[in-house]
Amino acid sequence: MKYIDEFRSHDLAEKLATAITHEAATGRDYHLMEFCGGHTHAIFRYGVQDLMPPNVHFVHGPGCPVCVLPVRRLDDAVELAERHGVILCTYGDMMRVPGTKQRSLIRAKADGADIRMVYSTQDALKIARDNPDREVVFFAIGFETTTPPTAVAIVQAQREGITNFSVFCNHVLTPAAIQHILQSPEVRELGTVTIDGFLGPSHVSSVIGSQPYEFFAEEFQKPVVIAGFEPLDVMQSTLMLLRQINEQRHEVENEYTRVVKPEGNLKAQALVGDVFELRSEFEWRGLGTVPYSALKIRESYAAFDAEKRFALSEKVSREVKSCECPAILRGAKKPTDCKLFGTVCTPDNPMGSCMVSSEGACAAYWTYGRFRTNADGTAATKEAAE
Amino acid sequence: MNAFEPDFATSAGAVDMTHGSGGRAMARLIRDLFHKHLGNPHLAAGNDGAVLTLPPGRVVVSTDGHVISPLFFPGGDIGCLAVHGTVNDVAMMGAKPLYLTAGFILEEGLPLADLERIIRSMAVASREAGVAIATGDTKVVEKGKGDGVFITTTGVGVVADGIELSGDRARPGDKVLVSGTLGDHGVAILSKRQNLEFETEICSDTTALHELVAAMLAAVPGIRVLRDPTRGGLAATLNEIAQQSQAGVILDERAIPIRPDVAAACELLGLDPLYVANEGKLIAICAAQDAERLLDVMRSHPHGKNAAIVGEVVEDKHAMIQMRTKFGGARVVDWIAGEQLPRIC
Repeated sequence: MKYIDEFRSHDLAEKLATAITHEAATGRDYHLMEFCGGHTHAIFRYGVQDLMPPNVHFVHGPGCPVCVLPVRRLDDAVELAERHGVILCTYGDMMRVPGTKQRSLIRAKADGADIRMVYSTQDALKIARDNPDREVVFFAIGFETTTPPTAVAIVQAQREGITNFSVFCNHVLTPAAIQHILQSPEVRELGTVTIDGFLGPSHVSSVIGSQPYEFFAEEFQKPVVIAGFEPLDVMQSTLMLLRQINEQRHEVENEYTRVVKPEGNLKAQALVGDVFELRSEFEWRGLGTVPYSALKIRESYAAFDAEKRFALSEKVSREVKSCECPAILRGAKKPTDCKLFGTVCTPDNPMGSCMVSSEGACAAYWTYGRFRTNADGTAATKEAAE
Repeated sequence: MNAFEPDFATSAGAVDMTHGSGGRAMARLIRDLFHKHLGNPHLAAGNDGAVLTLPPGRVVVSTDGHVISPLFFPGGDIGCLAVHGTVNDVAMMGAKPLYLTAGFILEEGLPLADLERIIRSMAVASREAGVAIATGDTKVVEKGKGDGVFITTTGVGVVADGIELSGDRARPGDKVLVSGTLGDHGVAILSKRQNLEFETEICSDTTALHELVAAMLAAVPGIRVLRDPTRGGLAATLNEIAQQSQAGVILDERAIPIRPDVAAACELLGLDPLYVANEGKLIAICAAQDAERLLDVMRSHPHGKNAAIVGEVVEDKHAMIQMRTKFGGARVVDWIAGEQLPRIC
């Protein structure tokens, strides 16, 4: 595969591994948070950790859209499908996330709710066109990458006069989340989480550019390297971060120059600005209520806002007790620190969102990493040691 | 045919409830479609069952339901798939497949022209495979209660003495071989799915593998395991074998044959080709000293020309599949959770 295999080359990986080992030979530890689940996935799928010296640690961040959605919003989606009888269109990853009392969209579907898995907002629009006598709701989740397509669908629906289509909007913002993590007591005061630098989002940055990270790189004196999702991108970015840390720099650097421009995608930003506005606060799983961290649909498009169109009930939503997803999303714990991991909670029977999405840290640990032995033959996880 | 009966006009009609009623319409459907194309002395006898004479050896029986969507796809259709799927299951036990039975669940409204096309395809596939469809059954369900047609086939074959194939026979040190490129079938189906259509020349690999198996067993009668990696692909099938044998497997990603266009489609759709279904490929596990000879035999057969040795069985109390990645690291190749692609076969 041209333009793909080049970024998965074993020879280049070995050269980078040598350079990283050389750069990291300072006697200290390096804790790098990869914000995105895409990075977590690449690290595990390609075995990047095996090529790292033992003092370079990846801390998995909250950048998995499925993982950070609070149970309450998922319960709302189930209610839309079950009580309001809409056709609920969702990305496949959301289907198996357990809501309150383990109720997931896939269970609701099995019980008769009309829930359809779509690959894009255009599929949802088509379903609305094909079913003019039914209400069709698109369950919109995701960071800045998935927001523009949702905006396109809303604008298109208005232009075409599709009146049975609306969006249950859960789009969230990356810079606000990173800032929130850096301000959390675990990082600032308690010192239980060490973060020396960030592997910055790749696809998100293609939309918002590199500028939005400048503020907190400066304010919190943490280097950021915007990194592509291929394994060589992750390694090259790791090397760039180590160099910044060693030289006591804290800049925003861009490794993913083949896609990310400093200003981002201005057309997409304009479209998003036209359709959405900031919510004053939004609840995140793991991070709690984060100010100005999510988007809602503007008044001018209120007709397409499922939250205005349907009266959603007040409900008490509960996560599974002792599920450590929240702490894992903050980087405060590793999946293997959770006592449910691999016992009650597996991808076949997930208790928390981090075990569902392929971008979730628990799913990555379980799917690619459990029973893993390190290059020197020692056990990498407690499962492997048993 | 009664001179007063009009021709059975398959080009215009559709399946209706009378075709499953036991009345004249059903009799005509069976005679003018099923018997016409699948015709053999067993079917022609018109009895409730077939009386079969089998050559000496142990009898192998296997059954498989086919619910694929769409019914017609690049490289095949549900008809030939229903023949190949069961012929291959019988062959994976080391047997020569001899007979099939076929049960049809037809949905009211299925165009008769589609049904005829499917039955013709079954006829060609079974003739090519040298198996006779000895008996069958047809039922009709109301519109909305099926999806065109579901076909269940059962295969009967005979395995020679001395051949002992079973999923629990893999031993540490054995080599793991595949007969060709992986993921072709699943990606071909996906390329024609509603709301996901994309332009590609990828065709399903659906084919009968019993002749390849016969050649392999003639050269290496001591093959330990044969299995066709259908649903769940190489990953699921190897996990099954690992569990049965209570041993691990270490794969070498660089050795696994995958077509570039299949790899590209999987990349685009976020699928892992190791988990994508195949309908004309097999996995073989044999003793290390037999592996090169087996590989040569496979490569000299048209259905095995891209065969490769892809891994090795190792001692592992967790019975896990691990893979050395092209990139230079290692990862677990786990059971799949949930469904990567529903209704693929």
